[in-house]
Amino acid sequence: MKTKNISIALMGFFILAGCGKLKNDTVRIGVIAEITGAIPAVGASCKNGAQMAAKEINDAGGIMVDGVIKKIELFIEDSASKPEQAATVAQKLITYSGVIAIVGPNSSSNALPAAEIAEKAGMVLMTPWSTDPKTTIDAKTGQPKKFVFRACFTDTFEGKVLGSFARKELKANKVAILYDVASDVLKIQAEIFRESFEENGGKIVAFETYTKGDKDFSAQFTKIKSAKPDLIFLPSYYTDVPLQVQQARRLGIKVPFLGSDAWSSEDLVRMCGADCEGSYLLNHYSPGTTNPVTQKFIAQYRAQFGGATPDDVAALSYDALKVLAQAIALAGKLDRSVVRDALSKVPAYPGVTGVIKYSPGSGDPVKGAVILRIKNGGFSWFADAQP
Amino acid sequence: MIYFFQQALNAAQLGSVYALIALGYTMVYGVLSMINFAHGDFFMVGAFLCFVGVVVLQLSFIPVLLLAMAGVTMLGVATERVAYRPLRNAPKASAIITSLGVGIFLEHFTLGLSPYPKYIPPVLPSFSFNAGGVSVSTFQLATISISFILMLALYLVVNKTRVGLAMRAISADRGIVPLMGVPVDKIIALTFALGSGLGGAAGVMYAMAYPVIDPYIGIIIGWKAFISAVIGGIGNIRGAVLGAYILGTVEIMTAAFLPSTYRDLVAFSLLLILLIFRPHGLLGRAESQKV
Repeated sequence: MKTKNISIALMGFFILAGCGKLKNDTVRIGVIAEITGAIPAVGASCKNGAQMAAKEINDAGGIMVDGVIKKIELFIEDSASKPEQAATVAQKLITYSGVIAIVGPNSSSNALPAAEIAEKAGMVLMTPWSTDPKTTIDAKTGQPKKFVFRACFTDTFEGKVLGSFARKELKANKVAILYDVASDVLKIQAEIFRESFEENGGKIVAFETYTKGDKDFSAQFTKIKSAKPDLIFLPSYYTDVPLQVQQARRLGIKVPFLGSDAWSSEDLVRMCGADCEGSYLLNHYSPGTTNPVTQKFIAQYRAQFGGATPDDVAALSYDALKVLAQAIALAGKLDRSVVRDALSKVPAYPGVTGVIKYSPGSGDPVKGAVILRIKNGGFSWFADAQP
Repeated sequence: MIYFFQQALNAAQLGSVYALIALGYTMVYGVLSMINFAHGDFFMVGAFLCFVGVVVLQLSFIPVLLLAMAGVTMLGVATERVAYRPLRNAPKASAIITSLGVGIFLEHFTLGLSPYPKYIPPVLPSFSFNAGGVSVSTFQLATISISFILMLALYLVVNKTRVGLAMRAISADRGIVPLMGVPVDKIIALTFALGSGLGGAAGVMYAMAYPVIDPYIGIIIGWKAFISAVIGGIGNIRGAVLGAYILGTVEIMTAAFLPSTYRDLVAFSLLLILLIFRPHGLLGRAESQKV
């Protein structure tokens, strides 16, 4: 009897909940963010950036679709930074919430499975921060996926730019590399960096790895110390970097570190303290730039979220939602494949993270990067890097 | 040679952390023949209490250490009372599954309080000095020496006191000991208290040396400490310490002299080979199944 009652109650719940699907007076956009789990700062920034963009568009009226002006309604889901949960919530957004497109997930390990599902369902998925080349490429055919886009540059581009920057701008001759072998993204960055640095005439003196969850890097750094590099390339996530740099400094390593976009969280500078001073990293945007679009974004973000400076994920999520909204407006109707075609027709969009433009048949935008330096407990602009 | 000594020092530091946690596994196994898989998470709670002590209460090192040890001791005793004691006569698997559940509960309870990784500013003076080419940091010295002091204290409790005698008696034969008038429940609770207290201390030492902590740090470290206990012969206290230093040394030396990607591969291949030849660990004794 009891189970029967419960099942009736459950059925009632699903029927009631299902009613929401019939309403169609808003433009529904899904957001998948890593709100809990290993990289919660990333999830929070993504959510903030997307919400801010949606609010801005709604405050300006909304988007004209099917001849009616509609407001954007965000459906925010937490991937908990787990690949399987990212896939589940992507499926939920597509079949249950009935969204027109998805922004997110951010980490590549989450974006890949979600992208597979979106591609199969024929729904646009735009990841703000996943730099893994595989996210937008179909593994079977090697061709670009039809429905998967990103707002950022790729790891291949990043590794190349960092390799030549280390050689040409920082004049490094001998570089040691330490990276997380369990992360596809970081592995690609390390390998492409090695290629690019060696092509430019440099020498890699140590190529060391660690695994997700490691906290002790003393063996690797003792080894790196004896190889006497003049720079250490450390593509690592921002939660690992403080431990690594501090352990290196305690072992008496004094050379600067060079990081990738995985470093870019204000948390890193706070946790790492003086040990990270003078290190370089590559990023999607710099809060210190004079670009008026970026400055306006930063001012509004600070006003809306209690004075916090937006990081690259917030900026990219904001850009992703803005570009997507433009494509929906251009499509003029809530049709998933028309929105997809419209994305490559959106004229070069001057975003917070630079100009974003998609060429037909590719989900990777053509855009540049910036090199930052950690100085006085913050990130400061050091150089621009173009593809 | 300097390179070797530097790596040996690294290994001693890592081994000390493993040893403090491995003791908790081995002591509980000794008296209850049960593996408390939540022990890695007790250690994690110790690290978070260190955060609370340093950042929220602004205490200095010794009070932080005592706070974490006391907190985790209470947690261990409470867990034993609430979750394990009612299952003492249930099948072994039930208690083990319960301990996994307790571990996941603790992880997600901590996660629920705050999902962000925590950074713990140093409360010990942080500098390294050069000893004949080997760079030694204050954290390494603190970790190694405090581990030694705590292990020595544990050795004295187990071998020189009546309580220790009772523990060893329960470990030898749990069926007959209550007939001799030994309060088994109290002694088991006390064993949990000692094991958890060491886990709490390990949490603090760890959080000092590796100052970024999150609710999942207990999982991998817990595994490694458990494996240390198995290498040494689970249930054997000296074995746990020996196993921990062996695992620490193998991990560091593999990364030091082979490509670091092979570290866990080599470490765990050695474990498998060791268990084939010594299924009860290095110092464990063979036990026949009692019917």
